[in-house]
Amino acid sequence: MLDQESQDSETLYSRAKGYQSAMVGTVYSYTLLQEPPLGYESQAPYYVALVELDDGGLVTAQLTDIDGSVQIGDRVEMVTRKLTTDGSQGMIVYGYKFRPAL
Amino acid sequence: MNVSIVGAGMIPVREHWSKGIRELAAAAARLALEDAGIAHVDALYVGNAYGATFNQQTQLGGLIGAELGMNGIEAFTCEAGDASGGVALRTACFAVESGLVRSALVVGVEKATDIVGPARVGARTISLDADLESVNGVTMTALAALVMRRYMYQNDLTLSDFEGFSINAHRNGAVNPCAMYRNRLRDGAFAKAPMIADPVSLFDCAPDGDGAAAVVVVESELAADMVPRPVQICASAVATDRFMLQDRDDPLQFGAIEKSFFGALEQAQLGREDIDLFELHDAYTIMTTLALEAMGYCPSGAGWTLASEKGANISLDGDLPISTFGGLKSRGNPGGATGIYQAVESTLQLRESAGSNQVPDARRALIQNIAGPGSTVVTHILQRQPDEA
Repeated sequence: MLDQESQDSETLYSRAKGYQSAMVGTVYSYTLLQEPPLGYESQAPYYVALVELDDGGLVTAQLTDIDGSVQIGDRVEMVTRKLTTDGSQGMIVYGYKFRPAL
Repeated sequence: MNVSIVGAGMIPVREHWSKGIRELAAAAARLALEDAGIAHVDALYVGNAYGATFNQQTQLGGLIGAELGMNGIEAFTCEAGDASGGVALRTACFAVESGLVRSALVVGVEKATDIVGPARVGARTISLDADLESVNGVTMTALAALVMRRYMYQNDLTLSDFEGFSINAHRNGAVNPCAMYRNRLRDGAFAKAPMIADPVSLFDCAPDGDGAAAVVVVESELAADMVPRPVQICASAVATDRFMLQDRDDPLQFGAIEKSFFGALEQAQLGREDIDLFELHDAYTIMTTLALEAMGYCPSGAGWTLASEKGANISLDGDLPISTFGGLKSRGNPGGATGIYQAVESTLQLRESAGSNQVPDARRALIQNIAGPGSTVVTHILQRQPDEA
């Protein structure tokens, strides 16, 4: 067991735990999705992007609060938003999206 | 590899509203068995990706085995998302090459049209990363669009630069009775098509369809005595990449395609120039573009150039024939059955029985089946079995 734990401590996930990203970055690529999966219809069409964070790494997320068009290189920041609801009585799933940097 | 295809069969990719998943699978299986001239096999391997979410049906091995009346047979499903057909074929290679199984039937099947609209779109996302992609409303088409947008940005391209891939696929699919959309694409139509996830349009994105295809494989020595024109599987290679685009050093480099392709060439002791035709996983034109680059047929950033002049280079009589029966774009995208459609189509090519889809003097074919944005890649090389094999 001890060996297993020490191996786990070497994983990328464990090393990243507790690290606080700046949560701001630029749009690396984006698309406007017209055909949404179940549970996301009310938001469609919506933007999906790969965001390159200022302190490294790409994140796949929706863009929100977009007023106008999106371009590669746009500055964006992470915000907490409702992603979907599990039916009308179901649990609300919260997560992150990116909005134009304020 | 000491494994050969002795039977091949497929049904048209359609919206088969009147048939269930077991009927589709059994229809293709019977065609392959009849083609091989046998009634029984030792094992049945099923390639299927979305039975759980499209049809609420798993354990397809047993289900299809029973439908075929093969009581007691070894049978199970092989799953790797849209590459399920490819890994089912590889599983059959393992089984026959090891000697544990003398003959195997491989059936790829998908029954997609039981559900429509957002339900089907959602059901397909099961093969992406549930925690970091699907939960954000991301689909495979969205991922393809992200890659394509970035590729166009870095290489300063327009939509029309990709149209040759779809024009070629539909030109070949138009003469394939098993193709789902047998229309030709008019010049200029590609760039004007409605967007699904821009820049990926309706004419860029392969359509979901119901389908089933099957092959019978045996040891090569046995194959030579069974049928006049056996097709040998001379290489089989699977590779995986970092699962999500976001975790790759460069999202425009599909490393698993490179690894799987060169692994297959090495096994077969062949060079890139020895392949006469390609069934690539052309679910989106950007997938074909990046596959051609990863395999070294073009430098990085130049894969799209092979689509130029309406795909003359990749046509049936071009230097690099691609999607010879219409590919996923025109023949249709039957999910986990795709890899077996590719195997059947290539078998017909190598037997010189491909009719209007025939590539002249086809001796070796490469088939490549991909799940996700290059997350799992399965490459097989098929060849006319030499007389001495």
